[in-house]
Amino acid sequence: MFNWVAQIFAVTLFSMRSLPQRKGSSAAAMLGIAGVVAVMVGVLSIAQGVQKTMESSAGDKNAIVLRSGAESEMMSGLGGDDTRIIAEAPGIARDESGALASPELFVIINLPMRTTGTDANVPMRGVTTQATKVRDSFELIEGRMFEWGLNEVIVGSGAQQQFAGLDIGSSIEVGQEAWPIVGIFGTDGGLAESEIWVDAAVLQPAYRRGNSFQSVYVKLSSRDAFDEFKDTLTSDPRLNVKPMREAEYYDSQSTIVYNMITGLGTLIAVIMGLGAIFGALNTMYTAVSGRTREIATLRALGFRAGPVVISVVSESLILAFAGGLIGAGLAWLAFDGYRAATLNWASFSAITFAFDVNAGLLIQGIIFAMVIGLIGGLFPAIRAARQPVALALREL
Amino acid sequence: MKYLYLIFSGLKRKKMRTGLTILSIMVAFILFGYLTAIRQAFDAGVEVAGADRLVVRHKVSIIQLLPQSYEAKMERIDGVDNAVHSTWFGGIYQEPKNFFAQMAIVPEELFDMYPELVISDEHKAAWLENRSGVLVGRGLIERFGWKLGDRIPINATIWGKKDGGRTWEFDLVAIYDGAEKGTDTSQFFFRYDFFDETRAGGTGQVGWYTVRIADPDKATEVAAAIDAEFANSAFETKAEPEGAFIQGFANQIGNIGFIIMSIMSAVFFTILLVAGNTMAYTVRERTSELAVLKAIGFTDQAVLGLVLGESLALTFVGGVIGLGLAWLLVSTGDPTGGSFPVFYLPTRDLFMGALLILAMAFIAGIIPALQAQKLQIADALRR
Repeated sequence: MFNWVAQIFAVTLFSMRSLPQRKGSSAAAMLGIAGVVAVMVGVLSIAQGVQKTMESSAGDKNAIVLRSGAESEMMSGLGGDDTRIIAEAPGIARDESGALASPELFVIINLPMRTTGTDANVPMRGVTTQATKVRDSFELIEGRMFEWGLNEVIVGSGAQQQFAGLDIGSSIEVGQEAWPIVGIFGTDGGLAESEIWVDAAVLQPAYRRGNSFQSVYVKLSSRDAFDEFKDTLTSDPRLNVKPMREAEYYDSQSTIVYNMITGLGTLIAVIMGLGAIFGALNTMYTAVSGRTREIATLRALGFRAGPVVISVVSESLILAFAGGLIGAGLAWLAFDGYRAATLNWASFSAITFAFDVNAGLLIQGIIFAMVIGLIGGLFPAIRAARQPVALALREL
Repeated sequence: MKYLYLIFSGLKRKKMRTGLTILSIMVAFILFGYLTAIRQAFDAGVEVAGADRLVVRHKVSIIQLLPQSYEAKMERIDGVDNAVHSTWFGGIYQEPKNFFAQMAIVPEELFDMYPELVISDEHKAAWLENRSGVLVGRGLIERFGWKLGDRIPINATIWGKKDGGRTWEFDLVAIYDGAEKGTDTSQFFFRYDFFDETRAGGTGQVGWYTVRIADPDKATEVAAAIDAEFANSAFETKAEPEGAFIQGFANQIGNIGFIIMSIMSAVFFTILLVAGNTMAYTVRERTSELAVLKAIGFTDQAVLGLVLGESLALTFVGGVIGLGLAWLLVSTGDPTGGSFPVFYLPTRDLFMGALLILAMAFIAGIIPALQAQKLQIADALRR
């Protein structure tokens, strides 16, 4: 057994030393794999970014109430009376000013994107006084909060970066009025950073919504209070609503985008991966055929087939690993944290997010590279080991 | 002919390597074809947009409604030929992932405004006769396996019914085909009169207008005239050419063109490395053979041509198979299972692919070919 391990070491070391002689083709295979991994990690980081934005939007103890049958706030509608009944439900946390329940209005406003100058459906949220208390992560980054009752707005940091004309001091045009921007806020990377916030009482008449809302955001007294909260609302004959945990709601919001990008990204990676496997096979076959005599000599000296196979495969794996590392590193340098906006189909509104090249994705990329390397090395290795020694020694 | 034979023998020399290189080139062109079709899915709307059509929506946002009375007012504006309103229904068929566009529209107006929707006279008549009838695109029919006479229930998300219900039922009475490859055949049109009398709220209000103008060159002026007509009213408008409207919408999804170009560059860079490397090997291994060729009278140019020819043969075979497979793959349907309004490989891009084959063959082969050209017979034979 020891002998066998020693043989592996000896042969692998031997082939490593001869690697510089094949640097051209080895580098080509390595860079090829790097390209595949970079593209895969880059594309999937878009999906990860969207999902991360959704995940960090959800408060642990928070729930959202929509009209039943509504898949997003955009489609939902709740009367002013409904929202009062919802705010009285048990399980909602309270403070000195009452229940932590925020009835909100969700509309879109067309504003130009900074990158292209063409209009985007920027989400605009009409909020009530409890809105900032329901969301733990809310913080003002710059400027001040709007005055209640005035037509002032605050803008999420993501929206401010992606859409033109959303800096403090400028204003947005809503019909005949100009609403001044007085503050920039953040919500720890959450979805709300894509939004513009204004007093719901100001937004309702501007969008002819009477006294209606689209959703109620609540903070519960504990995680476990959700079931009681939900049962009370769904069994109330005056209401026709669907309460959901925020985590569940935001998860459903990103499903379409996430699945589409992940599906496409995987498909592209698999096809590209095939190309890289052919490239790696080419390199390793060439490497093996260039060393036919060397390998045959080793075999004649008494080295067994196993160590020869392993040495060829490990050479290929090392190249693939280096390629994977380079590709994943490039993707991380180029894409991690890159901010962009896309359209969230579920709510028909823009969502801003940052590409997220996380550890899981990097590992996935390197594993993918290793799979390419394994397949690319195995067949040439088997061929090398199977060559009849006498015949191979005679070869040129 | 003798050159062809020589090129062929060169490729036959290492069958495994030739095969693998062809396969990796093939992969590059499969991706080229497939990604092109994806980009086309986003661009097609802009390409087939009517140059003589404007889209007029509420100035503040697309979700706000406009009065139906604007139609007559717009048609009185100089340069406006016809104005047609549409209203987004946004309902759900069975489950949310079965997304497709549903719109309420006046049938006669649709026939006039959208000549690219090809409808038989019988179907037109059938739709005009049936108030709850719908006109559905061929693509959508195939996606869900519907047939004429089907009753299609759609759950309303925005528009509740007067009777309090949320499920609208439509009769499939008419089908349209696209006049062009890029025409969106995934739409679902139902009658505005039925819609307006059945919906619970919003009576007399419509989503947006499509306006045909007499002279496409005057698009900007007419758009400005429309916006001026409704300026300072409760419902201000934003008018823009249909192409710009669709482009703006595609831009919201992201810079698709840029993303696809980036991926494609990475793919071709990778494959170029592989192919270039193979060609370099081919020349290096055959140094003495090439020298012999030169010694028996082949000119330097002929040897250069031989190596480039081999490179071309490799990329050509790989590229053509790749484009063919891409075409097959694309014709099996889009990766999202029907969410793309159109999905096909445009002829224009097949030509692009052919040019890419030539370019790639040249870039991969030129350095080894130059080396082969420069070989000194005496030196090379001694090696």
